[in-house]
Amino acid sequence: MTTYYTSEHEWISVEGDVGTVGITKFAAEKLGDVVFVELPDAGKQVKKDADMAVVESVKAASDVYAPVNGEIVEGNAAIVDEPAKVNEDPEGAGWFVKIKLADKGQLDGLMDKAAYDAFCANQ
Amino acid sequence: MADVSTIPLKKTPLHAMHLRLGARMAEFGGYDMPIQYADGIMAEHNWTRAHAGLFDVSHMGPSFLTLPQLGGGDEAHRKVSALVEKLVPSDIAGLAPGKIQLTVLLNADGGIIDDLMIGRPSDPAMQGGLYIVVNAGTKDNDFAVIQNAAGGEATLHRADDRALVAIQGPEAEAVIAGIFPEAVGLTFMTFVKLNGTAFGDVVATRCGYTGEDGFEILVPAEHGEAFANRLLEDERVKPIGLGARDSLRLEGGMCLYGHDIDASKTPVAASLSWMISRPRRERGDFPGAQRILGELKDGVPSKRVGIKPLGRAPAREGTEIQNIDGETIGVITSGGFGPTVNGPVAQGYVDTSYAKAGTPLKLLVRGKQLDAEVATLPFVPAKYKR
Repeated sequence: MTTYYTSEHEWISVEGDVGTVGITKFAAEKLGDVVFVELPDAGKQVKKDADMAVVESVKAASDVYAPVNGEIVEGNAAIVDEPAKVNEDPEGAGWFVKIKLADKGQLDGLMDKAAYDAFCANQ
Repeated sequence: MADVSTIPLKKTPLHAMHLRLGARMAEFGGYDMPIQYADGIMAEHNWTRAHAGLFDVSHMGPSFLTLPQLGGGDEAHRKVSALVEKLVPSDIAGLAPGKIQLTVLLNADGGIIDDLMIGRPSDPAMQGGLYIVVNAGTKDNDFAVIQNAAGGEATLHRADDRALVAIQGPEAEAVIAGIFPEAVGLTFMTFVKLNGTAFGDVVATRCGYTGEDGFEILVPAEHGEAFANRLLEDERVKPIGLGARDSLRLEGGMCLYGHDIDASKTPVAASLSWMISRPRRERGDFPGAQRILGELKDGVPSKRVGIKPLGRAPAREGTEIQNIDGETIGVITSGGFGPTVNGPVAQGYVDTSYAKAGTPLKLLVRGKQLDAEVATLPFVPAKYKR
């Protein structure tokens, strides 16, 4: 299993042709307390870099972008019921969706952990 | 025109303290202000409702309007009041000594230029002076408008270089009792000047912007940090940023100038008619009186109400409000998540025929119609010391 990162602070962890997607710890800390999450329904087609989900803190609403093209397999109902889970474990239990990848080649354009950490250090 | 981004932000006397406390800073009202500290908005909000929160509100505009000669009893008070009553619809002349009132500065059309506090000193030797506190983002214009109305008869002394510290929450009184015991006798919307304290000459007002009991205390800049540190040494007190200040005031049903009220709104439309006191209504001698008295008699087309989204999704400023048939009837002017309510809360303007509490509404959020209803303000009952 390999994890990739976007410049919009999403992560995607790929196993076979399904990727689990969430927002990074860096993003969760920037957002502050998450109070609302809106996820796409299973079966929905998503496009790389297009908005896919919404995450809201006390202060503001932010879009979450799809890191790749594909089809939503599942949304994480646990974070809809309990949005604070996104802050508690953003890169684990606080995942957003699972996507069936349409083109695994798109992963090549994303960052690995070291590149993403360097990217955040410059933010 | 100057590029806004090149104008250096102003700093309050507590700025260095915020940095030391690890605050996340951002611009507000021209100042570099703490939005939140390490605990985050939710924890800070809840702490204030349960204990006592310290807020740096030094960015606001405290000031004193004074006649050339102070003292002189009721007559001096009436004289200085007459100068500001040219700008506001409240009965300033009728204020009892030591009372402070929330009111609005009006333009000639009756539009709200700002909301502000005007207080009458309790000290007989200070009659002919008024304590006036305006908002941060509007203060330069407000001060000019007030000085202009006063002409040569009184002078406005700005005090916005001092530290203004709010302490809010159910434990605020006990905290202040250990520092300014004289202030504990104050009731809601009264104030007192305390001379020669350990933190210099201070003005303590029992008021706030959270719906909780509490105080706002004006101290000389050189004592600001020592005073704030003294408060923070008390384990009942934590520093609270502007993020929680906004969620607290939203639950408290209070207006944020530039959002819930502005020059396009009259006090009647803003559901602030209680500020228009009876003697002023009878005399009709405030700016925009003809329009405002007409609105009091005949109603307004739209007015400010509380709005409760019935689901979990917050509705932010600018959200379109519809009736159940999908027709546009208003707009959200401030909205977010209320930690004490444990759900979304908002304020907005709706056509007056939809302003009754319980009226079902739709909110257009990201293209979806979400269920909501008109709610009675405040969302969280006030706990003022009467």
